[in-house]
Amino acid sequence: MSAVIDHGHGDHPHGPAPGLMRWVLTTNHKDIGTLYLWFSFCAFLLGGSFAMVIRAELFQPGLQIVEPAFFNQMTTMHGLIMVFGAVMPAFVGLANWMIPLMIGAPDMALPRMNNFSFWLLPAAFGLLVSTLFMEGGGPNFGWTFYAPLSTTYAPQSVTFFIFAIHLMGISSIMGAINVIATVLNLRAPGMTLMKMPLFVWTWLITAFLLIAVMPVLAGVVTMMLMDIHFGTSFFSAAGGGDPVLFQHVFWFFGHPEVYIMILPAFGAVSAIIPTFSRKPLFGYTSMVYATGAIAFLSFIVWAHHMFVVGIPVAGELFFMYATMLIAVPTGVKVFNWVSTMWRGSLTFEAPMLFAVAFVILFTIGGFSGLMLAIAPADFQYHDTYFVVAHFHYVLVPGAIFGIFASAYYWLPKWTGHMYDERLAKLHFWLSFVGMNLAFFPMHFVGLAGMPRRIPDYNLMFADFNRVSSLGAFLFGATQLLFLYIVVKCIRGGEPAPAKPWDGAHGLEWSVPSPAPYHTFSTPPEVE
Amino acid sequence: MSADLPTARLIRRLLLVVVAMFAFGFALVPLYDVMCQAFGINGKTAGAWQGAQAVDASRQVRVQFLASNAAGMSWEFRPEQDELEVHPGASSQMLFVAYNPSGVPMTAQAIPSIAPARAAAWFHKTECFCFTQQVLQPGERIEMPVRFIVDRDLPADVHHLTLGYTLFDVTERQGPVARGAQ
Repeated sequence: MSAVIDHGHGDHPHGPAPGLMRWVLTTNHKDIGTLYLWFSFCAFLLGGSFAMVIRAELFQPGLQIVEPAFFNQMTTMHGLIMVFGAVMPAFVGLANWMIPLMIGAPDMALPRMNNFSFWLLPAAFGLLVSTLFMEGGGPNFGWTFYAPLSTTYAPQSVTFFIFAIHLMGISSIMGAINVIATVLNLRAPGMTLMKMPLFVWTWLITAFLLIAVMPVLAGVVTMMLMDIHFGTSFFSAAGGGDPVLFQHVFWFFGHPEVYIMILPAFGAVSAIIPTFSRKPLFGYTSMVYATGAIAFLSFIVWAHHMFVVGIPVAGELFFMYATMLIAVPTGVKVFNWVSTMWRGSLTFEAPMLFAVAFVILFTIGGFSGLMLAIAPADFQYHDTYFVVAHFHYVLVPGAIFGIFASAYYWLPKWTGHMYDERLAKLHFWLSFVGMNLAFFPMHFVGLAGMPRRIPDYNLMFADFNRVSSLGAFLFGATQLLFLYIVVKCIRGGEPAPAKPWDGAHGLEWSVPSPAPYHTFSTPPEVE
Repeated sequence: MSADLPTARLIRRLLLVVVAMFAFGFALVPLYDVMCQAFGINGKTAGAWQGAQAVDASRQVRVQFLASNAAGMSWEFRPEQDELEVHPGASSQMLFVAYNPSGVPMTAQAIPSIAPARAAAWFHKTECFCFTQQVLQPGERIEMPVRFIVDRDLPADVHHLTLGYTLFDVTERQGPVARGAQ
């Protein structure tokens, strides 16, 4: 343990290097966490603006604002940027900031690699976004980039897309290795695994999911690259390959990926709900096992994304029941959150509002997921707006509300100032209303048969789509308010005490606010 | 990288997992083919079959033939007859006609598929134009044979099989040697 502590001047903490180079060269987990979070927010606004283009085009039937080809690029880039640029880096940023503080470590285990894994991201996404300006346009085959759309029929820029995926995959893998090494090797003495905060637990499991499936994603894009440029036929029927194979390999990555995007939010909510209920978390041990169970099950359900490709009945039954089984550990978690709130002294500051909305709305997304898991019903729902409604309900009020809740919860620790509670509540309510207006009507148009990824639609869907668009504009504009709240909080505000939330527990609240540049140079005592 | 020993060992193990999972992604390719054949999933037929069987004259199976072009393929492509009635165990033949109406030499590859998919394991091709690629000069027309045996052990509830071919234009994949040969 002691080998990783800075021997030379452990007792003389020094601040960050001056100037811009601080951010380029930094190996400090707090700096890198901040970089990740800002990067993620920029990607969130960019991916969000693409969503605004989509919703503007869908505001009324017919083609009015963009060409269908550009619309396809917008749906593709919106998905790619939100998944890989906004949600995943936000959680890596939270992990960088909070995991060392939560387990009493002085920094991440591999600080230089940490720097490198962040700085790969601007390169990856610079490359990805630059394809929009290339001849033939950017990726237009959907974020799932099914072959042969992404091979035989892809625009020229697909090679840049492949390289971008490789870069961000390497970045995620390095980030995950760093998290595992930190959690397994740098815990303060006395911080046993079963004493770790749940955020650390869920991130540890997420990190294992990442190193298991990101290489498979790298493999599938490598196969695409070889099909496109080196004459192989992994996915080309003409050469003896099979396009359906693409979907199997992709979803072998893709399904664990959706848990990568939600498990850290589970962890954050499991910290926030006890704090504002002023009760310890109900069922800590069952939470840990439920997370492990979800992670395991995520590897054996991938074909539920492909019920319509022509799987034998036995296969459809297996994947249908395995998928429904995920509702059991997820139900355990929801039960535990609700039981934690039961008879607690609840207060509803912004983090708690987002956390409670998370529990309710994520559960709605879970229920529509159960509907989609029913193979014969899925034949009807497949590729309709019902699917869009489902995964936006688990990703927006799931992953993104989890990130907002975490941001408000830990902002006082990061900045040393309290955020503006009144504005934060306004941010919550506008987001809540906007998000539900945008995505709830999609259930109805989806059940009625409106297909996804099409820039035009039947007249009968016009009213619901107008509501969706208005909700989306409201949700999108509201995020500028979030930017304002965060900037205001960084610049000043009521000074935050070391523990701004009276019901909070954990080592992160034992250091002053803002957290000093170097913390836990000597390991803390864990009772 | 940290000089810390347990950390270095852990990193090595995790990197090994990463490499193994990358390899696993590629291992899914042959695994997929094996699974498809084992469970008779996607109607893929095996390569050339050798052997003969006694004819089961008590049973008749209807074999239908389909020919279709992949996107962008300009050839005329059709079977000489739409269907045959065959006895399991008997060797039968069907001719497919291909015609290149374009002004350039082209190379094509036919990809077979059987429906219902689970019957593919009992459909043996002893000779097939799909085992090789076809090169046709501008305006050239050829007849291409497929010889096949429906296995005597074909499940009793299968009375009707469809053998479909999709014709792909592989001129671009062929490389200049094949194109220059004409």
